[in-house]
Amino acid sequence: MAAKSSRLSRFNVASLTLGLAFLYLPILILVIYSFNASRLVTVWGGWSLRWYHEFFNDRAMIDAAWMSLRVGATSATVATVLGTLAAVALSRGEGFRGRMLFSGMLYAPLVMPEVITGLSLLLLFVALEAERGFWTVTIAHTTLTMCFVAVVVQSRLVSLDRSLEEAAMDLGCDPVRAFVMVTLPLIAPAVLAGWMLAFTLSLDDLVIASFTTGPGSATLPIRIYSEVRLGVKPEINAICTLVIGLIAVVIVIASLASKLSSDRGESAAPL
Amino acid sequence: MSARRIFSRPARFAAIAPYVWMVLFFLVPFAFVAKISLSQTAIAQPPYTPVFSLAGGWSSLSDAFAALSPDNFRLLLSDDLYLSSYLRSVVVALTSTAILLLIGYPIAYGMARLPRRWQGIAMMLVIIPFWTSFLIRIYAWVNILQHDGLLNQILLALHLVSTPVVWLSTDSAMYVGIVYSYLPFMILPLFATLTKLEPALEEAAADLGASPREIFWLVTFPLSLPGVGAGSLLCFIPIVGEFVIPDLLAGSKSLMIGQTLWLEFFTNKDWPVASSIAVVLLVVLLLPLLLYDRLQRRQLEESR
Repeated sequence: MAAKSSRLSRFNVASLTLGLAFLYLPILILVIYSFNASRLVTVWGGWSLRWYHEFFNDRAMIDAAWMSLRVGATSATVATVLGTLAAVALSRGEGFRGRMLFSGMLYAPLVMPEVITGLSLLLLFVALEAERGFWTVTIAHTTLTMCFVAVVVQSRLVSLDRSLEEAAMDLGCDPVRAFVMVTLPLIAPAVLAGWMLAFTLSLDDLVIASFTTGPGSATLPIRIYSEVRLGVKPEINAICTLVIGLIAVVIVIASLASKLSSDRGESAAPL
Repeated sequence: MSARRIFSRPARFAAIAPYVWMVLFFLVPFAFVAKISLSQTAIAQPPYTPVFSLAGGWSSLSDAFAALSPDNFRLLLSDDLYLSSYLRSVVVALTSTAILLLIGYPIAYGMARLPRRWQGIAMMLVIIPFWTSFLIRIYAWVNILQHDGLLNQILLALHLVSTPVVWLSTDSAMYVGIVYSYLPFMILPLFATLTKLEPALEEAAADLGASPREIFWLVTFPLSLPGVGAGSLLCFIPIVGEFVIPDLLAGSKSLMIGQTLWLEFFTNKDWPVASSIAVVLLVVLLLPLLLYDRLQRRQLEESR
């Protein structure tokens, strides 16, 4: 029974297959139906790009998509810089004043219900009399996604051989130089993966964006949500498929990056 | 001084920027939530009173302090609507976490028993849906579960039902949505613990005559409990405050607390009540949040 070759029981195979089918079939169905020529979901009217055409003529949707892309790219960049710094501090700084509070604060947004994060940030922005729109959403998303970047980068830093940095310093590098010349290139794939993750999370967020945005600057999820509340529309299927396509590209790049790092004989960054 | 120590000091300086950011945009905002939860709603800009302002000098500040009152919390306690929302959220979160554990564990277990080179691929396959938009995945289910959606078409074609079943706006639809969305959060911590288990332990138990069932319940499962805890908390806490899934998939008869907060804020424009709901929600979640923090920290220490 415990022979190594037959570790995978029939039950194991069944649960894996069913689990993956459960995760992927709904998305697959959505993608297929986005190419349905018929307006009715019940009827298959043949393949068509009609709903994509409709989307590209929908000015409000395009504006919302553009807003989401800008917010995503900006907040992911800031979150990557801050998240990487936080990961370095947590994995290399040996213990500093307020370390407990720091790691607690950093990881809390991972599980904090979005309604609370969204509401609290909005109240801050109102108190500061900040004009709500692109920048407030960007700041909110940076706060949300920084911890995800920190997790990804930190797990890479922890598995990294520290003797490399130490060797660089023995050879006369100061710590900052050692980090930039030795550590940073080694963790670059994880940093890139962190950026990608932050970008897709920002692209996805509805709740926090709804609280922190202002009139006239809706993000794509806000637009999609208000359409979905009115019922299923084929055009939404098309938009969703486009978003899934974009995310698929992002995932391929991120996994290529992590493969690159594992090809160098290091363990792959967990995405 | 060792090189490690030398590296440590500038590494600590690296904490400054993210530290300041998180204090400013994560910690400080809670103070505003607390303050506004003690305010009263007003038809004004901003829509609550009192408004603290340094312009009026000390006397106006102390007046503002005096105007704070716990009235909103009295309202939350006296109105059944709020209490039942909190209760429903906790019940839904507990039920969903149990279902997630039941479904997620066999999958994680199967993944852990795959050959090494397949494990990475299986992990990717579980993570990818997590990257794909949350909202889109819920919408995918609206597509499938609606009146003339795919599920009813299949059931009708197989003659399992004679008339379309109402799926949307029911609790079952909501549970399907929650399980679907949070499954990766449950599988990944479980998988992480299960792969780290020594196969030798199970083999030793088998050599000593334990049946496969005994091996699982006496060796594997107890050793995987840290993963069970991490996965359960990672699901339970956000599900309690969930808004999108119940809003799109469940009926409007009884609301979860995230929906009630949303309603008070966006529909009733009652910011103070919305804030006090958030404060109570935080208090409810404080214990699981602290537990989660401890688990995180222990993992961090182990990996160092």
